[in-house]
Amino acid sequence: MLGKEVSATDDFVKGLWRENPVFVQVLGMCPALAVSNTAINALTMGLATTFVLIMSGMSVSALRNFIPREARIVSYICIIASFVTAVDYVIMAISLELHRSLGAFIALIVVNCLILGRAEAFASKNTVSRATLDALGMGAGFTVALLWIGVVREILGSNSLFGIALFPDAFQTWTVMVLPSGGFFAMAMWLLLVNWLKNRQTESQAQTQELTP
Amino acid sequence: MTGPVQQPPTSAWSMYRAIVGIGALCGLLIVTVYQTTAARIRENQERFLAMAVAQVLPAARSTLGVALTEDGRLEKTGEEFALPIFLGYDASGKLVGAVITAEGMGYQDKIRVLYAYSFDLDAIVGFKVLDSKETPGLGDRIEKEPHFLANFEKLDATLTPGGDSLLHPIVTVKQGQKINPWELDGITGATITSEAIGNILNNSATTWAPVLERNAQDFAIVELTEEP
Repeated sequence: MLGKEVSATDDFVKGLWRENPVFVQVLGMCPALAVSNTAINALTMGLATTFVLIMSGMSVSALRNFIPREARIVSYICIIASFVTAVDYVIMAISLELHRSLGAFIALIVVNCLILGRAEAFASKNTVSRATLDALGMGAGFTVALLWIGVVREILGSNSLFGIALFPDAFQTWTVMVLPSGGFFAMAMWLLLVNWLKNRQTESQAQTQELTP
Repeated sequence: MTGPVQQPPTSAWSMYRAIVGIGALCGLLIVTVYQTTAARIRENQERFLAMAVAQVLPAARSTLGVALTEDGRLEKTGEEFALPIFLGYDASGKLVGAVITAEGMGYQDKIRVLYAYSFDLDAIVGFKVLDSKETPGLGDRIEKEPHFLANFEKLDATLTPGGDSLLHPIVTVKQGQKINPWELDGITGATITSEAIGNILNNSATTWAPVLERNAQDFAIVELTEEP
């Protein structure tokens, strides 16, 4: 019983930090770099991807005994594409301006290797509840990572956060940060920081183990 | 020591059942979501179009939807068209221009644009992309590249003396090589998309500029009720 609880928590938590899809697995780089020029774009893309991850993960897991091995990729892509189309319509219904600012990237969620990767590596081999927790964790990790990149780029590049001006007249904006190259700079900075923290954590754990008799 | 596990071959029925079943479920999902969101999306599109019309023809305070009749005349219409045409009026009800929707094939998919035609200047004086799936970072620069948008401050669309066609076809030239007022200064890195815009505008203006000029007098001053 205890083992199951730990495993369920781990299914969710691993996507947030230890196996973060952006900063550790380096998956889904296309939207992570392209749509993270503002925090709201990053958040919307993250939430849309999370929704598709959860729904496709649940569907693939529920249908895993029904889908033959030879037809799995076409089936997964069909399921993912349907949920992406649904998200596309929902975003258009919520705000056409937001839909336009995300451009073709909503449709490109279909080919986000994170979603197909989780469907193939996890959802197709586990129960619906575990697949949902895994998708939720991975989606949350993806959203948080995109948001971190988006926040840095918007503050430095546009002197605003979620469209709200921050330092009127006192701050020279770094235009490069809203350009595509700014995505690489912000991504590199976060990768550096996350890897430094992870290394420090590993060293600290190793030292603790050495000291433990 | 055991070898790799041999899985039994999958029957054709299982394959058909899975693919057709999943296809049917996915189709049902898409149709349901489309039906649920269609009305709201249409509302958003109408609001977005009204805002876009106000942006491409800022002098207009009111608009009037018009359509082409079979005998080549314009008539007031309240119907919805895929490519609507509006006449724009200033605060006193005087005709200041027309806003035309046009579309054509871009690099990825169809591009739908809105442009303003000025009766006084015989030129295209405003431009906005309504719908485009062009490559992010390349083709989508038609929406934000300042030198490209500067083309539409006054893009010549003068008619021939007979008034049945454009005197000079609108063409896209390579970036930095624009000489004549009817040429579109293209975008390096978005050659196909910027050329597509030239073609869309040329085809649309060739059709609509003569019709609008011919009928402008009938709509010169109109009592207006609709706000852009």
